Amino acid sequence: MTAIHPSDLASGVKREALIRPTKSFYQRNDTLIIGIISVVVVLIVWEIAWLAGRIDPLFFSGPSAIIERLWSGLVTRGDMIPHIIFSAQNFAAGFSLAAIIAIPLGIALGWYRMPRMILDPFITSLYSTPRIVFVPLFVMWFGLGFASKMVIVFMSAFFPILLNVMAGVRTTDDQLLGAARSFCATQGDLFRTIVLPSTVPFIIVGLRQGVAHGLIGVVVGEFFAGSKGVGYLVGEAGTTFKTDLLFACVIVIATAGLTMAAILKKVEDHFQSWRPPQN
Amino acid sequence: MLQVNPNATRLTARNVSKLFWVEGETDPTIALHDVSLDIKDGEFVCVVGPSGCGKTTFLNLVAGLLPYDGGEISISGNRVDGPGRDRAVVFQQSRLLPWRTTFDNVKYGMELHRRFAKSEIGDRAQHFIDMVGLRGFERRHPAQLSGGMQQRVNLARALATDPEILLMDEPFAALDAQTREFMQAELLRIWTEANKTVMFITHQIDEAVYLADRVFVFGTRPGRMRAEFDIPFERPRKLSLKRNPEFLALTDQIWTLIEEEASRAGLMQAANPAESR
Repeated sequence: MTAIHPSDLASGVKREALIRPTKSFYQRNDTLIIGIISVVVVLIVWEIAWLAGRIDPLFFSGPSAIIERLWSGLVTRGDMIPHIIFSAQNFAAGFSLAAIIAIPLGIALGWYRMPRMILDPFITSLYSTPRIVFVPLFVMWFGLGFASKMVIVFMSAFFPILLNVMAGVRTTDDQLLGAARSFCATQGDLFRTIVLPSTVPFIIVGLRQGVAHGLIGVVVGEFFAGSKGVGYLVGEAGTTFKTDLLFACVIVIATAGLTMAAILKKVEDHFQSWRPPQN
Repeated sequence: MLQVNPNATRLTARNVSKLFWVEGETDPTIALHDVSLDIKDGEFVCVVGPSGCGKTTFLNLVAGLLPYDGGEISISGNRVDGPGRDRAVVFQQSRLLPWRTTFDNVKYGMELHRRFAKSEIGDRAQHFIDMVGLRGFERRHPAQLSGGMQQRVNLARALATDPEILLMDEPFAALDAQTREFMQAELLRIWTEANKTVMFITHQIDEAVYLADRVFVFGTRPGRMRAEFDIPFERPRKLSLKRNPEFLALTDQIWTLIEEEASRAGLMQAANPAESR
């Protein structure tokens, strides 16, 4: 049989059928475009209401005032900078420590039954309790400064990471393990070649939840005690009716969260490049 | 490579039995009862039987993935006691590592065996990828391969470890009918080229008769050896053999036996109502 080129069919098929269907810029990016438009519309309406004096600056603020406060806080006056640095240090220390301990521990507890059975009651009960309730205790133990904040972040981020990693190890595909065993795999081989790679997506999910919980931890910790940090600034702004400063802090925290989520997404994509693209 | 000696016995099973405990029952279920068979060096043997006859269980016993409760299995005179480097399994589901490419999946079995040099592993992987007809697909991940291609990788991974016996567990059962036929023909070509002893489990009688030198028919409840058939057709065999009257007569004979087993086990309503009385 000789191959038929589509153009040979030109008399028999519609001309349009021979042109590759193309997607417009909008069709390719519709989620992003609609999202941006919707945010911009809300901001414009908000700003109009603000400029028209319909919003009481004592209880709420407007986009231009918030951006102005953010600009002065970060650039011209820079009065927010030391607080941000303090919070960032608290978060970085607590979160790193949580990740460094929770990932290997989660893997070990997922793999070995005995230590899991021993620790399970504590892990389950601590995971389901809001760790915030321990803040007064940590302040008692570690004081008002860096140490207590770090421990609060650690406690907040530790359990989501631990539980996700454990779940990842425990859901390892038995069929793959069986195949590897048939080729005389050692426990170490199973671990290195199957358990670890298949746990990576769970580690990422754990870290993502850890970031969210850790941010709550750092804000609440600083809010509760001490005189430094973005959390302290939020409390301070609230009690003194500085709504523009309060919203400026909200933007700082949200940006930090979104940035870390984006970084983790990049890491995930790097490890998941073998997965077929999903729509 | 191993030299084929057709007089040597590759696999020996003597009175092999396996029990299963089912939750809530007072006695264990007999999955396999006194199965004895020999497979000669270089031979292609198929095991067929109705579902529940223990054929896959038998393969798992030979593979060392399950312990047996009676009798003895040995490969080239060595008693089977757990998985060994003398055997390789081709699974029904390809069980490839999804994050590894074709090339790295074929290397996987050899890596685990730890008896091939690093340089040799790469060369052998390429050799067997070529043999199963996957040249050009080395860098693809399993998700980017069709079911038939995944099974080719599965086969290459097993062959590359240079086993004394290849254990195949319904490897084509999940493929569509046409792909299955082509894969059967391909398997015979590869088998001739690779010179391996094969035990192939299937529920498809025509597949068994087409592929095998000998076919063992297992019965059910309890799982046991029911009959053995020598397959006389000359090699190389073409797929058109399946339309040969002698071939059809042989498959029919085996089918009758399996039908009997199936109706006796209640897998099927007895054709003759008098039997069920």
